[in-house]
Amino acid sequence: MENNIKMKSDNLNFYYGNFKALKDINLTFPERKVTALIGPSGCGKSTYLRCFNRMNDLIKGIRVEGGIYLDDQEIHDSKLDVVELRRRVGMVFQKPNPFPKTIYENIAYAPRIHGLVSKGSEMDDLVEDSLKKAGLWEEVKDRLKSQATALSGGQQQRLCIARALAMEPEVLLMDEPASALDPIATQKIEELIYELKERLTVIIVTHNMQQAARVSDYTAFFYMGELIEVGDTSTIFTNPTVKKTEDYITGRFG
Amino acid sequence: MDKETRRLKRIKRRYRGEITFRVLSVSAIVLAASFLVFFLTDIIRTGYTAFEQTVIQTELTYDADTVEIPQLAVSEEMGELVSRGFLRLIPQQVEENPKLMNTTQTQWVLAEAEVDQYMKGKPNKLSEEETAFVDNLKKEGKVKLVFNKWFFTNGDSKLPEMAGLLSAVIGTVYVLILTMMFSVPIGVMTAIYLEEFAPDNWFTRIIEVNINNLAAIPSIIFGLLGLAIFINLFGVPRSSALAGGLTLSLMSLPVIIISTRAALSSVPDTIRQAAQGVGASPWQVVWHHILPLSLPGIMTGTIISMAHAIGETAPLLIVGMLAYIPTAPSGVTQAATVLPAQIYTWSGDSLRAYTERTALGIIVLLSVLLLLNAVAVILRNKYERKW
Ligand SMILES: Nc1ncnc2c1ncn2[C@@H]1O[C@H](COP(=O)(O)OP(=O)(O)OP(=O)(O)O)[C@@H](O)[C@H]1O
Ligand SMILES: [Mg+2]
Repeated sequence: MENNIKMKSDNLNFYYGNFKALKDINLTFPERKVTALIGPSGCGKSTYLRCFNRMNDLIKGIRVEGGIYLDDQEIHDSKLDVVELRRRVGMVFQKPNPFPKTIYENIAYAPRIHGLVSKGSEMDDLVEDSLKKAGLWEEVKDRLKSQATALSGGQQQRLCIARALAMEPEVLLMDEPASALDPIATQKIEELIYELKERLTVIIVTHNMQQAARVSDYTAFFYMGELIEVGDTSTIFTNPTVKKTEDYITGRFG
Repeated sequence: MDKETRRLKRIKRRYRGEITFRVLSVSAIVLAASFLVFFLTDIIRTGYTAFEQTVIQTELTYDADTVEIPQLAVSEEMGELVSRGFLRLIPQQVEENPKLMNTTQTQWVLAEAEVDQYMKGKPNKLSEEETAFVDNLKKEGKVKLVFNKWFFTNGDSKLPEMAGLLSAVIGTVYVLILTMMFSVPIGVMTAIYLEEFAPDNWFTRIIEVNINNLAAIPSIIFGLLGLAIFINLFGVPRSSALAGGLTLSLMSLPVIIISTRAALSSVPDTIRQAAQGVGASPWQVVWHHILPLSLPGIMTGTIISMAHAIGETAPLLIVGMLAYIPTAPSGVTQAATVLPAQIYTWSGDSLRAYTERTALGIIVLLSVLLLLNAVAVILRNKYERKW
């Protein structure tokens, strides 16, 4: 691959208590590319995704073996603060989860706690800029002070994306970001992802094959906690080497 | 056909069952409500008369003799009818206002309790001559009922016409503020630690079980604990608001911890994840997101536990707060009493005039409790969940 490697996992094993959810995963994520993670329900995609910003740390009884690297730095390394990691690796969840605060406050929160801007006017600019990047500005510019929870589901999800973008992350993790949305909202999110990869590296989990085919450069297929196959999206979808991948993509199981 | 009749029968039986159930539950509610109504009307009927107090117009002589023996300030017949408690204040009045010396003043003076009871048409111990005398005064307009401001400005007294709630109210305020100061910060912080930070191991589980059990312990046990720890061990003055407040905070702690934990855990995990996902530290997650969202719940729990504390008597009796306090305490280490203890003292007194004061005291206490509960309900409704 011609690009730099932004993130990678090295012989990654992941356990929920005694249950081994991820088995020996080796995978690299090129910079400024979109990589889609696909696979049947329960195969470990979300678990894998959450490894990259250590969101699994909140779950009791988990254990990680192997390494995960962000720009050649091991993310469990004590030199890398987990708060700093989560600023550099943003996350968008499956269900939109805005803070029950104003739209403005939702965007401004992360930059404020990370000390990214100092003046009030700078914050206003950052909020506007983030909302524009997420394609939400036109819809909400007149009601920045109203409650975020009053937005529609699709707007809330774009707000969550804007919230993540406001931290100026290098990597964006998205866990089925459009699964709770209607086709039009979904399309907006997909267009957004396409624009985002100009600036950052995106890792997206999706159940929707067409979506994976439309938005991603690379696709990785997971099955029962194992990485079965990975490659250019076009190759995976037209000419997979493993039978199981083909079966899944063509809808024979999953 | 046979099947059809059986079906109809079954339906009928079900209807009968439902009606019986409804009748039973409605009558239970009616019964409970009528008890409540009976209790309230009885208390109000007994207590409302204490809102008024009898005063008598009389001539008061201020001179060297009456300063020595205040009884001489009024005529002999009057001396039996006006409050001895008022007459005892004469030397003090002269001291405060020397111009009064060697004058005669016509004044409205607080009447003795038996006269007051007679004026209110209640059983009393006045002799026939005294009754005739009072009737006479009434005709001349020299005796009347006025608003009983003394009930709210005086402390306790051995003379019922002088007895008021003020020192008990001030004692209650002291105790309540102290209880809140001790139990709210400790309780809320404990709850935050247990709910948001504590690891799930046998030790924290034992603590949890114990906290839940503590909430069910009879309050008098907390009184004994307060006596043993605060008074005997740490030497906190007996009967003081400090001893009472510390004891009641022991009692309120478990309730506050439990209600705070409930409020914290009602905040959905998605908000914790959202905050952590943008890089908030665990403490920032709690401080910026979880705590503000659970504040109404915490406040409701706190108010309700304070309402409990206001009405609590048993543990306070043990730390000596069933005291006779004629003047309001001016500090938390002075002897004090609280509303329910004051009501309890009056209710045990054999003088009839205390009965209406007992009832009025109960009315005041109930009004305060009602107010607190109303605030809790309003808070709960105003800040319904926002997510
Ligand atoms: N908190 C947890 N504790 C224990 N086991 C878990 C936990 N979360 C997930 N698992 C298990 O780990 C496996 C992988 O789960 P994961 O959520 O990563 O799957 P997924 O591929 O994202 O599925 P889906 O497509 O349905 O979201 C599943 O078998 C699941 O039961
Ligand atoms: Mg998932």
